[in-house]
Amino acid sequence: MEDREGCQVIVNLRVNDEIRSAVARPADTLLDVLREKLGLTGAKPGCKNGDCGACTVLVDGWPQKSCLVLAVEAVGQWITTIEGLKDTPIQRAFIEQWAFQCGYCTPGFIMNSHGLIQHHPNANDETIKDWLSSNICRCTGYREIKDAVTSVLKEK
Amino acid sequence: MDVIGKSVPRKESPDKVTGRAKYTGDSMETGLLHARMAASPYAHARIVKVDTSHAWGIQGVRAIITGDFCDVLTGEEIRDRPILAKDKVRYFGETVAVVVADSEVSAKRAADAIHIQYDPLPVVNSPAAAIEKNAPLVHENMMSYEKAIGVASIPGTNIPSLIKIRKGDMEQGWRECGTIIENTVSFAPSDHSAMETRSALAEISPDGRIHIETSSQAPFAVKKYMGLYFNIEQGRIRVKTPLVGGGYGGKAAIQLELIAYLASKAVGGRKVKIVNTREEDMVTSPAHIGLEARVKLGCTDEGKIRAAEIVYLFDGGAYCDKSSDVARAAAADCTGPYAIEHLHCDCYTVYTNHPYATAYRGYGHAELTFAMERALDVLAEKAGLDPLELRLRNAVVPGNTSPTRNVLTASNLGNLQACIGRLRILAEWDDWKIKTIDSHKIRAKGISCCWKNSSMDPNASSGAVISFNADASVNVESGVVEIGTGTKTVLAQMVAERMKMAPEHVHVRIRVNTMITPEHWKTVASRGTFMAGRAVLEAADDAIAQLLRIAACVLRTDPEELELGYGKIYVKADPSIHIKVKDICYGYTYPSGNSIGGQIIGRGSYMQSRMTYLDPHTGEGRPGPEWNVAAQAVEVELDTREYRYKILKAISVIDAGKVLNPKGAEGQVMGAMSMGLGFAGRESFLFDGQGVVLNASLRDYTLIRYGEHPDYVVEFVETPCVEAPFGARALGEHGLIGMPAALASALSRAAGVRLNELPLIPELIWRLKAGMPHDSD
Repeated sequence: MEDREGCQVIVNLRVNDEIRSAVARPADTLLDVLREKLGLTGAKPGCKNGDCGACTVLVDGWPQKSCLVLAVEAVGQWITTIEGLKDTPIQRAFIEQWAFQCGYCTPGFIMNSHGLIQHHPNANDETIKDWLSSNICRCTGYREIKDAVTSVLKEK
Repeated sequence: MDVIGKSVPRKESPDKVTGRAKYTGDSMETGLLHARMAASPYAHARIVKVDTSHAWGIQGVRAIITGDFCDVLTGEEIRDRPILAKDKVRYFGETVAVVVADSEVSAKRAADAIHIQYDPLPVVNSPAAAIEKNAPLVHENMMSYEKAIGVASIPGTNIPSLIKIRKGDMEQGWRECGTIIENTVSFAPSDHSAMETRSALAEISPDGRIHIETSSQAPFAVKKYMGLYFNIEQGRIRVKTPLVGGGYGGKAAIQLELIAYLASKAVGGRKVKIVNTREEDMVTSPAHIGLEARVKLGCTDEGKIRAAEIVYLFDGGAYCDKSSDVARAAAADCTGPYAIEHLHCDCYTVYTNHPYATAYRGYGHAELTFAMERALDVLAEKAGLDPLELRLRNAVVPGNTSPTRNVLTASNLGNLQACIGRLRILAEWDDWKIKTIDSHKIRAKGISCCWKNSSMDPNASSGAVISFNADASVNVESGVVEIGTGTKTVLAQMVAERMKMAPEHVHVRIRVNTMITPEHWKTVASRGTFMAGRAVLEAADDAIAQLLRIAACVLRTDPEELELGYGKIYVKADPSIHIKVKDICYGYTYPSGNSIGGQIIGRGSYMQSRMTYLDPHTGEGRPGPEWNVAAQAVEVELDTREYRYKILKAISVIDAGKVLNPKGAEGQVMGAMSMGLGFAGRESFLFDGQGVVLNASLRDYTLIRYGEHPDYVVEFVETPCVEAPFGARALGEHGLIGMPAALASALSRAAGVRLNELPLIPELIWRLKAGMPHDSD
């Protein structure tokens, strides 16, 4: 049988302002390389099908579901994961507004919200819904997430 | 109270917003092997042949195991389930073979390369079909299985469990009723859909010790049952659980741990990791139970319900797991929170060829509540009574007895009438119940009431250890798993309150390791604050007593003369005489160097008292310490052209006994309401005629997303439960329990039809409006 496992490439990624190098298969997703090769386990697998958003990272500042991006596609782009955010307003707001319970969807929600705040500092409810409906939270009823995002938008 | 009743932030908050929080699947190491499963594409079929020759050709494959690898049958109530299917498969998605390989990719490729030949068998595709005469048997040898106490199977059928509740005299009851109605409801099994899929790692030491890491709500049960299943001393099994990414009951089942263990065994004990795909998590791992129910109710001309005859047919799926126990919990509270003197309830658990059911938030209560509350609405309509008024007139009060014949008190019940009273105001119930907005929009409200007793194993227990640090801060160790409920933060609040210290100085250990963490039975049934709370309070009292003994020696007085607070131990009569806790919590050293005491370590444990099994003929018994009550409402806006609807508002009024952490409590309730509305409005497995699940992905099984949520109104009544820490009652499940019934009630009112099935999708309303039968296939 053909040995497809043997085919690996070196992928140089710009992650959280660092150049990181990994050996990966061309078919490996950005999510799997971030987690398994670079130890950045903040991005979470929830469905590996683009449905839940738990794996959301920023690619050149835009939220992307890292399970839908191949690692090799992300070469040359600026990738920001939850580990790259340090004491940002949205992280503080998630704590203050109790915007998580189990915390599993939280990195994805925070990355998506962070991108939203950067791109649409005056986002209205419709825009917020448009962005955040790509992620699923099973624990909260979403009100606390809404409160967290709007509290940061108001501050701006 | 300084700390209890405050919204102290979650202890693990900083980890959860920075990606530092670790879950089981985040565990990675070099040399780890990976397992993947081959699952059945049939709901019921004989396994004719498993050909692994192609799979072995994949590079990196280290082992392939099938049902022949292990003869053990598993199950907590009935030992009916092989870890890997043997001879036949009983549900779509059942694990037939497992591949262990160097990488997940190799394991997956090999699993896909296993050729399995099946011979399809007739499928049992609903509870009604399961109890038909001559129905195919899901388990031919049901009577030979080992069963837990109280499980009564009916030979030669698909009925592994029947529970009977009998009270009063039915003939007399019906005679007293001027109005009698009958109503049936049904819904198919569905999914928990925790965002973290289940995962487990297993390793076997050369001396046979078993090491498990698992995303479980019940690491201590994993230890217990693995010991039982594999005949290994429990002390030789260590189970570790870090943070868990949502459970809702689904992770209280023991399943993937067993596969991981067998996989490790197949490769000489090497460490093996298995992570469910979303699709496996939905159908291969256990699901949320389905139900078909018939309720006959009668009331007097004054609207007093006198008699109820109830049949619950729970769809336990292919294996029993906890379904017969969910049914037991439902039977014990079968009437909902109403005083009904003449009662006859038969509560069946049936085998079908559906994914098998385990615990789900509410543990049978959202299910029974849907059946009862829909019947109550019909009764109110026929008797010409306001639905809220009917509920108020029949609401349980202290002095009534439960279906299990326990006398209810303010402490063990709470105050439902107060909840209904607040709901009446918050929902503006008396102002309007239905109104037309424009030519094609109608708004309507629906209500429901619920109760739940957290019934568990009668000997369930919880332990806690509090140890001091030299800086006078304390560490709290409890076996509660942090699944998102914030229980460990609440436990820290309790310790801080009791020891009169700042909650920041109470450190909690989030991870559970069954070798060092005191046991907490299972993190289920909203019992964390109650049982672990009692245990940490006892541990705190133990630590305080030790501190006072040392302080008494140093201060040359009796411990009784002393009090602890704010980092000091002082003489009650003259607080100026004191000693700092940090000077004695690691022992006290006199100027000469003489020392007394040592590190202060407090211990506590709690076991529920006076619980009993239910009488097999009448259901009499004491299944749990207290019932907790709630009243709920939903407001919808229905589009009368397309039958689409928006859920505008959802209200819960819950008797919380005492709100320990307001933000935490409110979040638990809102989250539960969201889950209940999802279950009611859209969540259900879609089965084809052959029992195949057609929507096992989050693309097709659509959960509520941001922006689809209603306005939430959450309010608490506080009637203390005497046995509970600070009087606090269970509240993590009640938000969910009444939502399906309230949503169905509101939509029925808006559409002018009786909606008795879930999920409440526009098509269902359209079919009923058009007078078409529902397409059950």
